[in-house]
Amino acid sequence: MNFPFLSVIALTPIIMAVLLLAFPEDRKSEVRVAALAGAAACLGLSLWVYFTYDVSAGGYQFVEKFAWIPKLGIEYHVGVDGVSNPMVLLTGIVIFTGVLISWGIDDRPREFFAFLFILASGVFGVFVSLDLFQLFFFYEIAVFPMYLLIAIWGWKVTREYAAMKLTLFLFIGSVFSLIGALAMYFAIGKATGVYTFDMLKIAEAQAAGALNFNVSLFGSMIPFERLWFPIVFFGFAVLGGIYPFHNWSPDGHVAAPTAVSMFHAGVLMKLGAFAALRVGIMLMPEGARFHLPWIYVLTFINVVYGSFIAMRQTDLKYMIGYSSVSHMGLVSMGFATLNYHGYLGAAMQMFAHGVMTAMLFATVGMVYDRAHTRQRDELGGMAKKMPWVMAGFTIAALSSMGMPGFAGFMAEFPIFMGGWSAGQPGANFVAPYYSWLTIISAIAIVITAAYLLIAVQRVFFGDISEEHDHHVGDVTVLDKVAITTLATAMIAVGVFPFLMGPMVKSGIEAALRVFGGS
Amino acid sequence: MNFVDFQAAHILTLIPEITLILLIPLIMALDVIWPESRRRQLGLVTAIGFFAAIVLALVFSVPNGENALLFGGTLRNDLASFLFRVIFMFAGGITALLSLDVEGLGRKGEYYAILVGCVIGMNFMASAADLIMLYLAIETASIGLYVLAGFLRDDDKSTESGLKYFLFGAMTSTVMLYGFSLLFGYTGETNLYAIAQSLKNGDVPTATAIAIALMIAVGVGFKVALVPFHFWTPDVYEGAPTPVTAFLSVASKSAGFAVLVRVFLIALDPGATQWSPLMTAMAAVTMTLGNFLALPQRNIKRLLAYSSIAHAGYAMLGIVALSKDGLAATMFYLLAYVFTNLAAFTVVILFSRVAGSDEIADYAGLSRRSPGLALAMLVAFLSLGGMPPLAGFISKFFVFAAAVQSNLIWLAMVGIINSIIGLYYYLIVLKVVYVKPAPEGAPLIEIPRPYVFALGVLCFAILFAGTAATPWYNWAVDAAKSLF
Repeated sequence: MNFPFLSVIALTPIIMAVLLLAFPEDRKSEVRVAALAGAAACLGLSLWVYFTYDVSAGGYQFVEKFAWIPKLGIEYHVGVDGVSNPMVLLTGIVIFTGVLISWGIDDRPREFFAFLFILASGVFGVFVSLDLFQLFFFYEIAVFPMYLLIAIWGWKVTREYAAMKLTLFLFIGSVFSLIGALAMYFAIGKATGVYTFDMLKIAEAQAAGALNFNVSLFGSMIPFERLWFPIVFFGFAVLGGIYPFHNWSPDGHVAAPTAVSMFHAGVLMKLGAFAALRVGIMLMPEGARFHLPWIYVLTFINVVYGSFIAMRQTDLKYMIGYSSVSHMGLVSMGFATLNYHGYLGAAMQMFAHGVMTAMLFATVGMVYDRAHTRQRDELGGMAKKMPWVMAGFTIAALSSMGMPGFAGFMAEFPIFMGGWSAGQPGANFVAPYYSWLTIISAIAIVITAAYLLIAVQRVFFGDISEEHDHHVGDVTVLDKVAITTLATAMIAVGVFPFLMGPMVKSGIEAALRVFGGS
Repeated sequence: MNFVDFQAAHILTLIPEITLILLIPLIMALDVIWPESRRRQLGLVTAIGFFAAIVLALVFSVPNGENALLFGGTLRNDLASFLFRVIFMFAGGITALLSLDVEGLGRKGEYYAILVGCVIGMNFMASAADLIMLYLAIETASIGLYVLAGFLRDDDKSTESGLKYFLFGAMTSTVMLYGFSLLFGYTGETNLYAIAQSLKNGDVPTATAIAIALMIAVGVGFKVALVPFHFWTPDVYEGAPTPVTAFLSVASKSAGFAVLVRVFLIALDPGATQWSPLMTAMAAVTMTLGNFLALPQRNIKRLLAYSSIAHAGYAMLGIVALSKDGLAATMFYLLAYVFTNLAAFTVVILFSRVAGSDEIADYAGLSRRSPGLALAMLVAFLSLGGMPPLAGFISKFFVFAAAVQSNLIWLAMVGIINSIIGLYYYLIVLKVVYVKPAPEGAPLIEIPRPYVFALGVLCFAILFAGTAATPWYNWAVDAAKSLF
């Protein structure tokens, strides 16, 4: 048997968490070093998996499969394909950089890193799950540490409120999806006689027509998938920040400590989008085909409305928070096009936005730690004091506004292409307003450029206030390593698209096959 | 029906109960012989007795799969009753450990003797297959519990709790007894399986059958704290000594479920009696009311009391699903709940030993005063809230799945909305523990060794049942099958 890479990646953090909790309370530096070692191991392994994945073969690789609760058809089943592989790498990058920039946490670092690692385990677990039960299992593991991380180490002003709001929103979403998944499980079981949570088998059964029946709702008969698709999809998409269920997200981002904001905006929101794709769209394609046209309108609101609100913010963290809502809207928008370019862009955007937003939160956190304010207009001239931070923020901003040469361009451009062509005659299904909404939403990119460039100019250039001139110093070496890691990922994918493009392509082609080819 | 004539080998099935009966005089004798200073070890003796009984049960008394009705049909030797008996004895053992250092309980032989007596009663509640045996068992367990709840004679709250529990208990049990007598009157049978046959033959008019079901539901509903028979729960839980509260909330509740399962699913055959709409409504109301009333609580024991009402509602989901999978889900749920709630109460006991308070606000800064205890509380409360990788998640998953399977999707929806409310108040408690600062000069909390052992076993069990659920679930499935 081959080395179980994916299990090791998914379980290392949680085992690390238990080990960390066993450290004596006052050994703070040992805790930090151990945490860094664990995170580095995760990053190393995910890099290994990423680069040894055989793109030409495609499909699910590094598969491991064991019976878990056989009486219910529950298995431990992991594997990565072209869509989830970049996500695993993203999580590796974010946990590594997150530990680096959390070095300065002095209040109970042992518990902090332990909870952060439990969160990481949940996230890795969802990305590699091929079993529906297992997916929910890890999904919930990823939800609850957020509460503690934000409530204990967050921004004192709003942390308790924001933490509770976030946890309840996500929990509500996931349990509704869970009921939908159970309905699907029993429907498939009744139709085929095989009760299984294996997503690949569910997809096969669906393709064979096991879900083609009507269920009665208040006396009228509705096709099964049309009834359940929105429940499952929105249940997950809450975590992806879809309008109108997005407003937990900026509050959560702002209240969270820096590493958690990075995790949260960088990885966790992708978890929602990813699960909505895997469970919602791929397992119930007929429901998706029926509902996505109107969901497209919601994602359009996400993109445009998110960017306008971001424009209005003067608190940098709120600005990036709403910017995340807007950019995650692009991901759902890509999914809602149901065509090749849209999906390619959406999958790329999940990675690109993850790295970029992690960088934005990291750099803003560094500024805040030293200047003790996040108000854009109170800052200035930071470039002199911390040039690395300026460079990092600017790179992320350029990527975010879709500048060629950065990861964001590789992602956002195809989404707009997909949106445009979905509205043209001869598309997968015709919904003429797609093209128009796409044109308008492209404006959001201009807005993004505006607020990010204003932020760069106000925060890093101009005159530094006297107080800041005295007190603010440069960031540590560890911070610089984190910035470099994130910047490398963004530029590498932007300049050498072949590092990610073909892999993502192989993944989304499989996803689109359920819609009868792209 | 599988009546079997008496054979000497049948005594083997009663080995655990015989062990416990012998344990009572042993405790009383040691209580007299030992000087005051050694009497703390009475709890250890009791706990060891319980665990020895479990080991003996596993060696000698595992049912052979014939599901025979023994001793003239009074007891049924099936896996379901066996599983329940092990649960009760485990809960009894842990409760004895938890009582060791509690003022007014820990050094009293009679306390442990009554505790053992209650467990004997519960064991027979789980295996009784005959109305008379069943009623005797219920009373054996209940009378002991009334005494335990009011055990602290000098504490007004405890005496009030004992009296309240007794009055409510006596009343509901009378109503149930009336239901039993009607059942006997119409069918002429006392054996539950014979009654089921008679009901299927249509010997009892439907309206009467529903009335009988209602009356029995009063008694059983009281035991498991179903709304509207839950009024005693918060007061009794708050006033009773905390180890007794822990015992009530897990063992007594599970025993109630053991009776409920056998009486409602077997004797009052759901096809013939049509009680399921009633019970379904009760399950939905129980969950909802329990969770809503838990929200404003300031006292942790009252909070856990309302939470235990809500959990009775979740466990009912598997029963009203009227399927074997549902029944297995309920059994698994109870198993997980026993571990989880005992762990939660262990933390409460340890905290109030040092802090002398059960107010939630006083838990502020627990994570600094004792990181280990705070972590145990995190595990227990998140499991109650239904978070993986803990037992609470997977057990909720099973009961919701059972509800969806039986097309009770609305009930599953009610269940998930309730679990959200539940998560909210569990998180509020954890927030106090982890976020709020400790008061100036608050002493660190030391944990005595028996408690470390108990807490370790419970937390491990919560994690184990939550991840490696397979063997537990397989037992639950086999037990559910064995009941029919």
